[in-house]
Amino acid sequence: MTSTPEMTSSPATASGPATGRRRYTKVDPIPWWLKAFGGVVVIFFILPTLFVIPMSFSDAATFEFPPRGFTWRLYENFFTNPIWLDSLGNSFLVATLTAVLATTVGTAAAVALWRMQGRVARFVRTLLMVPIVAPAIVVAVAVYIAFLGWQLTGTVLGYVLAHTAIAVPYVVVSVTGALGGFDLQLLRAASSLGSSPSRAFVRVTMPLISRGILTGAIFAFIVSFDEVVLALFLRSPVFQTLPVQMYNSVTVEIDPTISAASSLMVVAVTIIFLLPQLLRGRARRR
Amino acid sequence: MTTPSTTVKATGSSPGTPSGTEIRLDRVTKDFGLAAPAVDDISLTIRPGEFMTFLGPSGSGKTTTLNLIAGFETLTAGTIALNGTDVSDVPPHRRNLGMLFQNYALFPHLTVAQNVAYPLRERKVPKREIARKVAEVLELVQLTGRDDNHPSQLSGGQQQRVALARAIVFEPSALLLDEPLGALDRNLRSALQAEIRRIHREVGSTFVFVTHDQEEAMNLSDRIALFNNGRIEQIGTPQQLYAEPETLFTARFLGDSNVFELGQAALGRSIVWDGESWGVDPATVAAHPGVRAGSAIVVRPEDVEVAARRDEVPPGANAVRAVVRDVEYMGSYRTLLLAMGRRGLPGRTRVSPLRGDYAIGDEIVAWWRPGAQRIVAA
Repeated sequence: MTSTPEMTSSPATASGPATGRRRYTKVDPIPWWLKAFGGVVVIFFILPTLFVIPMSFSDAATFEFPPRGFTWRLYENFFTNPIWLDSLGNSFLVATLTAVLATTVGTAAAVALWRMQGRVARFVRTLLMVPIVAPAIVVAVAVYIAFLGWQLTGTVLGYVLAHTAIAVPYVVVSVTGALGGFDLQLLRAASSLGSSPSRAFVRVTMPLISRGILTGAIFAFIVSFDEVVLALFLRSPVFQTLPVQMYNSVTVEIDPTISAASSLMVVAVTIIFLLPQLLRGRARRR
Repeated sequence: MTTPSTTVKATGSSPGTPSGTEIRLDRVTKDFGLAAPAVDDISLTIRPGEFMTFLGPSGSGKTTTLNLIAGFETLTAGTIALNGTDVSDVPPHRRNLGMLFQNYALFPHLTVAQNVAYPLRERKVPKREIARKVAEVLELVQLTGRDDNHPSQLSGGQQQRVALARAIVFEPSALLLDEPLGALDRNLRSALQAEIRRIHREVGSTFVFVTHDQEEAMNLSDRIALFNNGRIEQIGTPQQLYAEPETLFTARFLGDSNVFELGQAALGRSIVWDGESWGVDPATVAAHPGVRAGSAIVVRPEDVEVAARRDEVPPGANAVRAVVRDVEYMGSYRTLLLAMGRRGLPGRTRVSPLRGDYAIGDEIVAWWRPGAQRIVAA
């Protein structure tokens, strides 16, 4: 998760001088050992996926690798069993609401901190990053104790609020990155042309930082969608998210359907991540 | 708009009819909390339809004053009134003033036509009217056919034309121009200067132009307000500022000058500088409250003549011996850089190329008529 800031800032800088990066590699070529190391890291991240996806088509009753036979049975299970379907629906609901709320709050915070500058703004920005670096279990216990008192555990609102708290920093980072190239003079121009500050935000600021906002929203969605620690604490017998159901299926029942669920999750998350790039490619062609 | 009553309406109707807004600054002060206020107790009335230029070195308060008029900065003290209406507390988007920025400040996500239409859309002008006005104003700035281009596809000069079109299309009460030509190269700058002058004539509204370029100020302005240290040093037509500077700062800032500082010398029928006795024409003494005893004599290079010997100097002229330090060939004339008097005070004069040759080290006599000199406060 430490690589997150680079990942979020890349869409913002993508419009910048890519040539500069290329020139840099010419001057100072990447050494072979760094390439090898990079390759190992890539394999390390991708390998589990390469196991899970074949296994989701396996005919065996338990986890087995290499998989035996080929069948859609696990996917059938997933899409016919109300427990799996409900938890998928719950996850989508919570993630969508979290994305909306975290993007709104995070964008507002990023824009405000950008306008403020100064030491206070830097301090507040650091403070906003705390949920990323704080151990998930610590946040989860704190949220659980607080929400028990407020009777928010097991409610959609509880999930959304808790997930928003950990998703906001991602939005702040990506929107702040997008604001980096924003010319403040444009807001003066807008106001001289008759825009109130809120109109100027809608007509000038927002279109120009939309990529950062979209990236932030996607991160917020995914942070919530695959979040498991908070969700474990907040779950109720009638409301649980997909990661929690997956956790149950392994620890309680050893249900191989999880490999289908995992595969679906990997594919879904990958598609969502690639979405902005696909959109950008289309926009360029137009 | 929650309080439309505070919106400042333009007095003018359509481009072409001479009209304009009076801008009155009354004891305006802006203090950023630094050593000295950025704008220090300025009072100034800009007449309707006038082309007023704020000229001055950087940090003299000219841009801050413009920003105060625009409403981008809040006043520390004083009031600003447009056509007699106090707008000191009116936010910029309700002042109805057009603004041109040095870096154009075009919206990069909008096309040329959308940029120009922006202020009209904010004013809820009907669609067909917007299309008509945008076409009209783009013709005025000679930029038709580029409607669908994005700003990044245009040159700097074209971008500033778009910005100009955008700033006048909604018929603002006045146009504020913050060093709009500063980022352009020399040729483009003079072309756009002519353009701005023409548009000022055609639109007829009040223009307030900020620059540190004295030539630009001389070229464009009806009047110039010369800023120094947060105050207005002198205000007047370009000719007045050049020919009748009231202070040494004005004399030095506009054009080249030969400056003879007089120290304690008393001002009577004649004055003494470095052993030379010079006549005084009373008309050349600046009527400035700061001037009592003469502080400095200012003579423009084009008023200084050159003689080979002292007996060639006409009677009644003020003369000083000088040594030629350098000769600059300027095409239609030459500039002699001089070391004047015993102390070798730097000076300059213009001579026609026809008037013989001068070499470095030549000893000459520089002279001028008392009517050509100007005695100013230090």
